[in-house]
Amino acid sequence: MDRRKSLKSIVLGTVAGGLAIHGCKPEAGSEELVESPKITYPGRVPLEEELLAELEEEQFLNPHEIETLTVLCDLILPGSEEFKAASDAKVVDFIEFMAKDNEAFQPDIRGGVMWLDHKCNTENGVEFKAATQEQQKAILDEIAYYDPEVPSNERPFEVNFFSLIRNLTMTGFYTSKIGIEEIGYKGNMPNVWDGVPDDVLEQHGVAYEEEWLAKCVDQSKRGIIAEWDENGNLLT
Amino acid sequence: MQIIENATVYDAIIVGSGAGGGMATKVLSEAGLRVAVVEAGPFFDPALPEHQTQLKWPYESPRRGASTRFRPFGDFDAAYGGWDIEGEPYTQKDGTQFDWFRSRMLGGRTNHWGRISLRFGPNDFKHKDIDGYGDNWPISYDDVKPYYDKVDKLIGVFGTNEGLPNDPDGFFLPPPKPRLHELFYIKGARKSNVPVYPSRMSMLTKKINNDRGVCFYCGQCNRACQVYADFSAGTCLIFPAQKNGGQVDLFVNCMVREVTTDAEGKATGVSYINKEDRKEYKLKGRVVVLGASACSTARILLNSKSKQHPNGLGNSSDVVGKYLHDSTGADRAAFIPDLMNRKVSYNEDGVGGMHVYSPWWGDNSKLDFPRGYHIEVWGGMGMPNYGFGFNVNEFNKFFGTKVGGYGDVLRGEAKKYYGATMGISSRGESIALKENYCEIDPTTVDEFGIPVLRFHYKWSDLERNQAKHAHDTFEEIIHNMGGIPLGDKPGKDRDYGLHVPGRIIHEVGTTRMGDDPKTSVTNKFQQLHDVDNVFVVDAGVFTSQADKNCTWTILALSMRASEYIVDQLKQQNI
Repeated sequence: MDRRKSLKSIVLGTVAGGLAIHGCKPEAGSEELVESPKITYPGRVPLEEELLAELEEEQFLNPHEIETLTVLCDLILPGSEEFKAASDAKVVDFIEFMAKDNEAFQPDIRGGVMWLDHKCNTENGVEFKAATQEQQKAILDEIAYYDPEVPSNERPFEVNFFSLIRNLTMTGFYTSKIGIEEIGYKGNMPNVWDGVPDDVLEQHGVAYEEEWLAKCVDQSKRGIIAEWDENGNLLT
Repeated sequence: MQIIENATVYDAIIVGSGAGGGMATKVLSEAGLRVAVVEAGPFFDPALPEHQTQLKWPYESPRRGASTRFRPFGDFDAAYGGWDIEGEPYTQKDGTQFDWFRSRMLGGRTNHWGRISLRFGPNDFKHKDIDGYGDNWPISYDDVKPYYDKVDKLIGVFGTNEGLPNDPDGFFLPPPKPRLHELFYIKGARKSNVPVYPSRMSMLTKKINNDRGVCFYCGQCNRACQVYADFSAGTCLIFPAQKNGGQVDLFVNCMVREVTTDAEGKATGVSYINKEDRKEYKLKGRVVVLGASACSTARILLNSKSKQHPNGLGNSSDVVGKYLHDSTGADRAAFIPDLMNRKVSYNEDGVGGMHVYSPWWGDNSKLDFPRGYHIEVWGGMGMPNYGFGFNVNEFNKFFGTKVGGYGDVLRGEAKKYYGATMGISSRGESIALKENYCEIDPTTVDEFGIPVLRFHYKWSDLERNQAKHAHDTFEEIIHNMGGIPLGDKPGKDRDYGLHVPGRIIHEVGTTRMGDDPKTSVTNKFQQLHDVDNVFVVDAGVFTSQADKNCTWTILALSMRASEYIVDQLKQQNI
C-alpha cells in the first residue's frame, strides 16, 4: 500500500461519515483498457489531468484538522470591517490541495495540529480550536516569531509548523481574487506599457534619461507595420 | 511486429518542430517542397482557447501556479516536459551530472523560452584565434549576417543599434521603456562600470505583418501568446508555412527512432513510433532534416546504425554526441530598500522578461577565464503566484524588527515589501570539450524501446572562475543600487554558484560543424560529412556557444542550411 492510499484509509477509517470525500470513482477498469488510446491534448496533457483527478479524489485533512486550521489561518489573516479573512479566500481548501500535491507537507501539518491541541490541552484543558482567542494567541506568541539567523532546519518544530501555515496562508490568500484585490496588483490584462508614472519615479528618486527614451517605442505607432532602411534604421 | 510504411515520398522529412525544424519547415515548404514534420509531442496552438494558459489568474490553478513534474517552470508554463519525463529516462556516467530538459510538443521549447534574441558576434565564430581554446567555426559572422537580418525582419525582435563590436546591430523594433527596478539596475551597474542597454527580445512591440498581433504587455510570454506577438516556432513559422499554401504534413505524437538508409548508405527516410497506437512506422524522403534538439538529434544519429554506418549515422568521426556544452549560469537575488512602499497604481507587467540587459563588457585577456557572460535582470510588481508572501517579513531583520508573527501586521508587511526584491543572473559561455558528451546507454531503453542517452559532463575551472567573477560583480552592482544581497555568496565548495550543466537549457555542440570530416559531424552547410542527404538544423551544429542565447543563431543557421538544401535539390546534387 503506498503512502497516499494509506493516508486516505487513515482518514476514512478514523472519521465518521459526513466527511466530504469526492465520489469514489472506481480504479481504471477493464472498460478503459479496451478503449483505443486516442490521445487528445487540451492545455493539460492526460498525465496532468490524471494527477489532478487523483488529488481531487483524495481527502487529506480530517474535519477536526479542517476546523483547527480554519481557526489558525483566520488568526494569521483575520477578517475585519476593513479586510477579508483567510477563510473568505478558502485558504484551508488550498492547504488541503497543497498537502496532497506536495506530500512532504503532510507530517508537519498533521503533527502540527496535534502539537497545538496538546499544548492547548496542557495549558488550558481545551483543544486549540475551542480555546478563547486570548488563549490561542498566547500559544501563537510563543511560536510565531523566529530568528532568521538560525537555519530553518535548526528551529523548533512548532516554529517551523507555524511558518509553514503562515506561508501557505499568505500565498493562498494573496493568490485568491480577494487577495489580489487587496494587494492591489493591476496587471494580467491587455494594456500598453509606456513607462513608470512620474509620481512613482519621483517617489523613488529616479528619472528616465532623454537619450534612453528616444530609443523606446512610440506607442502611437505600434499598429504601423515596421519598415527599415538598409542600415536597420526604423522608418515607420 | 510489422513496420507500417507510408507510400508518400516526401522531398524532405523534418524531425522536430522547434526553432530549427520550424524554420526548415517554412523555408523548404515555401520553396515548393513537400515536407513531413515529425514531432514527438502533441499539437499545440496558443490561439486555441483550450490550449491557453495566458491571462489566467493564479486561482485558476489549484496549486496557484506552483511547479509540477510536468511543468518545472510552473503550472501555467506553456512548455510541457521538463528534466524528468515519465517513460523517457536518461542516465549519467562516472558520477557526473547533466540535466536534460525536453519539451515534447509542437514548437518545443520555443513555446516558453525567454525570447532573449542575441546575434553571435564576429569573435564568437573565431574564438580560438583569440584565446586558443576550443575550435573556430568553419564560417564567420559575415556568412551568417544576411540570415540574421532576414530572421530579424521575418520574426521581429526589439532592441537598439549600439555599434558594439561583438554584439552586432540588426533590424530592431523599438524597445519598451525600463521598469522601476530596471532604472535602479541601470544606476547600479553603471557605477560598477557595467554598461546597460535595452534588451533584445523577440516580442512585437510594433506590428510586423498582418498575421501576427502586437504585444499587449501581460508579461507572460512563457505561457505562449494567443495573438502570436512573440516568437515560437509553431505560431511564427509552421502555421504561416501552412497558411501560405505549403505542402506540410504534420505528424504529431510521433517519436523518431532512427534515420533509415539504403545499401549505399544514403538516407531513405525515418522510422518512428506513433505514441497513440505504439506501433512503428516508416516515412520516406529524399532529404532528412534533423532539428530534434542537440541531444535528441545526436541520439537519433547514434541509434541509426547500419552495415554502412556501424558507428551510427554520420559518426565515422566518432564526434556525434561529443563537445556537448550548455551556457553557464549563476544568479543572486537582492532586497532594495529604496523600492519599498511602492504605489500599486499602475500595471508593470511589461513584456515577459527584462527590458534592459548588459552584454559582456570585460576584457578576458586580463581575467582568469577566457569567455564572457551577459547579465539578465528580473524583479517588479508581478502577479502574485505560488510562493507569494512566503517569509513575508524576513526583511525586517535588516531593520532590527521582529520576524514572523500573525495578524493584520502581515498584510502591511506584504504591501511594504511588494516589488522590493529583484535579481541578477549571468548567462555565459563555457568551453566546448570533447570529454563532455552524450552517448547511447546500451543498458536502458525508453518506453518506446529506443536506447536512451547517457551523459558525461564536468565543468572546468574556467567556468568556475567565470561564475566567481559573476558573483563578485552581482554583489558590487547590488551594493551600488543601494541593495542588500540575499543569501550567502556561494564559495568554492558550491562551484561559486555555477548551475549544474543543462540547467540553462542552451545545450549545443553534439553534431558540430567543421571543414575536417575527421573532427566534425557536418560541413559548414550543416550537411553530414558522411551522408549528403541528411542535415542538422538544431544547435547540435554549434562549434562553440557564445555569451549569447542560442535561438537566434539556430534560426539564422537553419534558414541558411534550408536555402542550401533547396539549391542542392534544384541542382540535383542530392
